[in-house]
Amino acid sequence: MSTHKINVKINGGLEQVEVPSNMTLLSMLREKLAMTGTKNGCAAGECGACTILLNGEPVNSCMVLAVEADGAELVTVEGLAHEGELEVIQKTIIDKGGVQCGFCTPGVLISAKALLTRNPNPSEADIREALVGNLCRCTGYVRIVEAVQAAAEQQKGAA
Amino acid sequence: MNNAHPGLPEFDYIKPATLPEASQFLAQHTGESRPFMGGTDTIVRMRDGFWKDKYLVEVKHFEGMTSIHFDPAKGLTIGAAAPMNQVAAHPDVRKYYPLLAEAANSVASYQLRNRATIVGNICNASPAGDTTGASIVLDGVLSVHGVNGVRTEPLKNFFLGPGKTVLKPGDIVTSISYPLPADGWAGKYIKLGRNALSDLSIVGVTVLGYPDATAKSGFRFRIALASVAPVPFIPTAAEAVLAEKPISDAVIDEAATAAMDACTPIDDVRSSARYRKLMVRNLTRKALAEVWAKIK
Repeated sequence: MSTHKINVKINGGLEQVEVPSNMTLLSMLREKLAMTGTKNGCAAGECGACTILLNGEPVNSCMVLAVEADGAELVTVEGLAHEGELEVIQKTIIDKGGVQCGFCTPGVLISAKALLTRNPNPSEADIREALVGNLCRCTGYVRIVEAVQAAAEQQKGAA
Repeated sequence: MNNAHPGLPEFDYIKPATLPEASQFLAQHTGESRPFMGGTDTIVRMRDGFWKDKYLVEVKHFEGMTSIHFDPAKGLTIGAAAPMNQVAAHPDVRKYYPLLAEAANSVASYQLRNRATIVGNICNASPAGDTTGASIVLDGVLSVHGVNGVRTEPLKNFFLGPGKTVLKPGDIVTSISYPLPADGWAGKYIKLGRNALSDLSIVGVTVLGYPDATAKSGFRFRIALASVAPVPFIPTAAEAVLAEKPISDAVIDEAATAAMDACTPIDDVRSSARYRKLMVRNLTRKALAEVWAKIK
């Protein structure tokens, strides 16, 4: 099986990684780079625990081949905080109690961040639609939705 | 199964420099290679061992594969690798082909739609494909690059069975084109899933209607049904009823019943065949009534 040397920017830092053809982006992050914030849930594009930003857009990293990311820019949950300062959505999900077991949280945060970027003023329906692909078995979603609403409010205040 | 998440089997990822090269490679490796687009089906099927290809051939990088172009004189062309989210958000698609945007937005989740493509949806030939119905009633035509050059394939006779199409070894679909929709048209996609959002369809009903002087009723309706037959299903008897008889609630009812009678669903994990049949009648009636209210 062939391997490929790829260059990829992850959370602002350049990485050169050698990946086999059949390695997913998720496996590359977790197994090659020990970035275990991104989770492996269903491995079938259903649960969203592996959601990351690929060139600014959220994707299921279990459904993308690592070799496809050559030249791309990735953001994972590890890239949300800056110099110890949490991103707004990270703060509000803590404040609102939107985290229980935490397994879905990295994916939820990435989907929520992407939503707030493309739509700074989302309705509750917009939020629920944007998070359809992020399954949470603990919270019942209500507090996650509240956290996204609170983040939108705070971002408006800051702007 | 010992491992809930088996890794992907071994294969080689190939990135040909040109389309002819890609077609040649695929034709030379018939049965052990396939074009690789968004991967939302391919990766699952390979991981589960249903597909055992030795080569995945990248095709997303070829020119025009991700472009979306609307020409007011000719219609819409969507590159085969354009992600569904880009299609659904495109201003011309929203303005002139809202049915297509509606269908694309009904697929799975936002992050999946950043990878999934309409052409991929069509080429996988799943009877459940959400964007297939809209593509059929909007008269979509595929552009195909094969070993003997370029040709077009209308969707009408494209599907042969679940996962089976008229595509031949070496064929790469490069885009789908839709002519300008008829004046005064309206469309509706109703998807019944086990949950309100994100599931595969139990039944999917796509309806398009427009005034047409050549029809006895003065109106033409196109109907495509998902998940109720081995291929995306067009209930021609129901369409004929609506072309022949002056449209009324009773005629809509008759057409919906004709659609129910014509389809041949199966029992599966998502639903029983009997329930599917009844839902075809109810949802076809509902979709027809909504479209009729807009165009009459």
